[in-house]
Amino acid sequence: MNDVKTVPAQAADTTEGDVLLRVENLVKYFPVKSSGFLKPREFVHAVEDVSLAVRRGETYGIVGESGCGKSTLGRSIARLHDITSGRIVFDGQDISKLSQRRMRPLRREIQMIFQDPIGSLNPRRRVGSIIGDPFAIHHTASGTERRRRVQELMERVGLNPEHYNRFPAEFSGGQRQRIGVARALAFQPKLIICDEPVSALDVSIQAQVVNLLADLQAEFGLTYIFIAHDLSVVRHVSNTVGVMYLGKLTETAPADTLFTVPRHPYTGALLSAVPLPDPDQSAQRKQIVLVGDVPSPIAPPSGCRFHPRCPKAAPVCVTDDPVLEPQLGDGPDHLAACHLPMAEGESLADFKPTIGAEERVIEPEGVLAEDVLPGGKPAGGDAGTGSASPGSGSIGAVPTTREGGQA
Amino acid sequence: MALLEVDDLTVSFRTADGLVQAVRGVTYNVEAGQTLGIVGESGSGKSVSTQTITGLTRGAQVSGRAVFQGQDLLTATPGQLQSIRGAKIGMIFQDPLSSLHPYYKVGWQIVEMIRLHERDVSKDDARKRAVELLRLVGIPQPGSRVNDYPHQFSGGMRQRAMIAMAMALNPALLIADEPTTALDVTVQAQVLRVIARMQEMFGTAVILITHDLGVIADVADEVLVMYGGKVMEQSDRRTLFYASHHPYTEGLLQSLPAYGGGRERLHPIPGQPPSLLDPPPGCPFMPRCPYAFDKCTEVPPLDPAGGEPGHLSACWLPHDQAGRAQARQRVQAAPAGSAGA
Repeated sequence: MNDVKTVPAQAADTTEGDVLLRVENLVKYFPVKSSGFLKPREFVHAVEDVSLAVRRGETYGIVGESGCGKSTLGRSIARLHDITSGRIVFDGQDISKLSQRRMRPLRREIQMIFQDPIGSLNPRRRVGSIIGDPFAIHHTASGTERRRRVQELMERVGLNPEHYNRFPAEFSGGQRQRIGVARALAFQPKLIICDEPVSALDVSIQAQVVNLLADLQAEFGLTYIFIAHDLSVVRHVSNTVGVMYLGKLTETAPADTLFTVPRHPYTGALLSAVPLPDPDQSAQRKQIVLVGDVPSPIAPPSGCRFHPRCPKAAPVCVTDDPVLEPQLGDGPDHLAACHLPMAEGESLADFKPTIGAEERVIEPEGVLAEDVLPGGKPAGGDAGTGSASPGSGSIGAVPTTREGGQA
Repeated sequence: MALLEVDDLTVSFRTADGLVQAVRGVTYNVEAGQTLGIVGESGSGKSVSTQTITGLTRGAQVSGRAVFQGQDLLTATPGQLQSIRGAKIGMIFQDPLSSLHPYYKVGWQIVEMIRLHERDVSKDDARKRAVELLRLVGIPQPGSRVNDYPHQFSGGMRQRAMIAMAMALNPALLIADEPTTALDVTVQAQVLRVIARMQEMFGTAVILITHDLGVIADVADEVLVMYGGKVMEQSDRRTLFYASHHPYTEGLLQSLPAYGGGRERLHPIPGQPPSLLDPPPGCPFMPRCPYAFDKCTEVPPLDPAGGEPGHLSACWLPHDQAGRAQARQRVQAAPAGSAGA
């Protein structure tokens, strides 16, 4: 497979701190279908002002909930989307405005692996021809030579090369994901963007694919961007992790730091919501149940986008957009965009937002109202009056509309 | 007597390729007010077993017994089942968008559900109850949201609405089939909390089906581990996580990345789950099991695993500590050739 390698010699130079990919102030808006003649055009703010740097040979994990823009960010970096503004510098070259034609040679170097191994493989084509596509598209090998290389790739990712002529449907989920990996590996790319590569797989198979990705990284010196919503997998595979919320990068740090000393309250809440496969640990920790849902990215909240759901929200969070910078004496590799970062060991359960009710998402009354914060004092002294909603993640005593009868 | 007693349940489907044996002799009890967690991978039969109990698997060949409040559900008429489903056994599914009818208002669907089972309830009263239920599960402004269509709800709110509907008639048993799999982790935490609170409030028993061991560790009292249509291991939650017996359970737990751990290699279970079209004789886990030996070609019974009472394991490995340690050493000495990747 060495002969496939078309990249210049510098690729071998994988020193620490050597940046392969730099994203600067990346913005990606999608227009929303206009719903009226004179209505102003609206946009989904999918990715808003994201900057990050990925070092050669490392795995950069991106976590966040659905709709936070993590997949759009990945696809924008691969230039599957045209970006609205900002810069993407890959291997020293600004690729943000390259035409499709000039982008083409670079496509060998930036590859993607997708979540859905069924949706990303054409069911009517044989596996050999799917994996052979890159060779056909770039006219680098044909006939028996292509077949030989494809079978090499299949063997490398743990597929039986004799299954060259099978259809995707004849493979199990984990094997299909291996097909996707083989296809991405065809030209020994420098960067592979893995978009939820193991989310659709059963746990026992998930571990097989995670190990395969790790082996390939060690063997070929690959750099990964690993996008996932499963925090324990991201922690396991990543050197550096970025957390996204509503299109923004809210925190980024070396994986262990992020998971032990989160600065941004959103990171803190996210970590506390992960179900731990350990009953004792799970019983010991204080779980923060965030109130409400992620707001619409068409009209994101002002200031810090997390403020309507944040237990620490203060007036400054409504007015000022926080800058992504080191907090509380952190080093230059741990950045968080927060006005009121969490101190080490601090519990979000001890906080109540100090902003007006109209600025927040209010957990209405109901079964969650009494103790959304276990261990925290029930907030608002008037529990049970029925006209107030005490004590949920963000709540003091707040009158809410109450309609309908009491059962 | 337990609330639900399932005894030797088998379910198979006739397909073009042959007979799929989805569930092969499953036995378990659900006690009133308890949470039974059923964990397993895709194709383990965890969903089919509960769907069959409620008569939702049409065209399946079913045998065994499933006695709910003294009545065998497997021999009940469709009419009898209909009066039990919804009223005495509530159900929520993975995808709340396809479980709610897109064409009708959320409130209307809850009202219909109430009036179907309690005919003397007026529309007005049923509506009031719907609002109250939505309020209970934490839907903001329930009085106006009751008139919304499902697409106007977010994913988490839809699942809450499903819980409201499932709990509308105060069922004795709630079957939650992967209720949080489609949800984000912060929303998952909300929904699990709502289920737990409703359970406390109404004393409902819950069967929670999931593939996520983290969710099991959070909420289950009793756990059933299924694989290849069979129960591999059954125990209380703590025993399962800290003193499991079955190699499959062990493999599952080991294939998870340790939450506090470093970047060392994971320990996946080699191989693939078995096909249920023509399952191999003997223990279904044998082809992937590092401890497999000649005895494993016979089907192991679900027997007490020693130690905790109520801890059952379907495995031929010795059930005492010393015997297991020996088996382990034997494997370490000579890596099993049967467990190919």
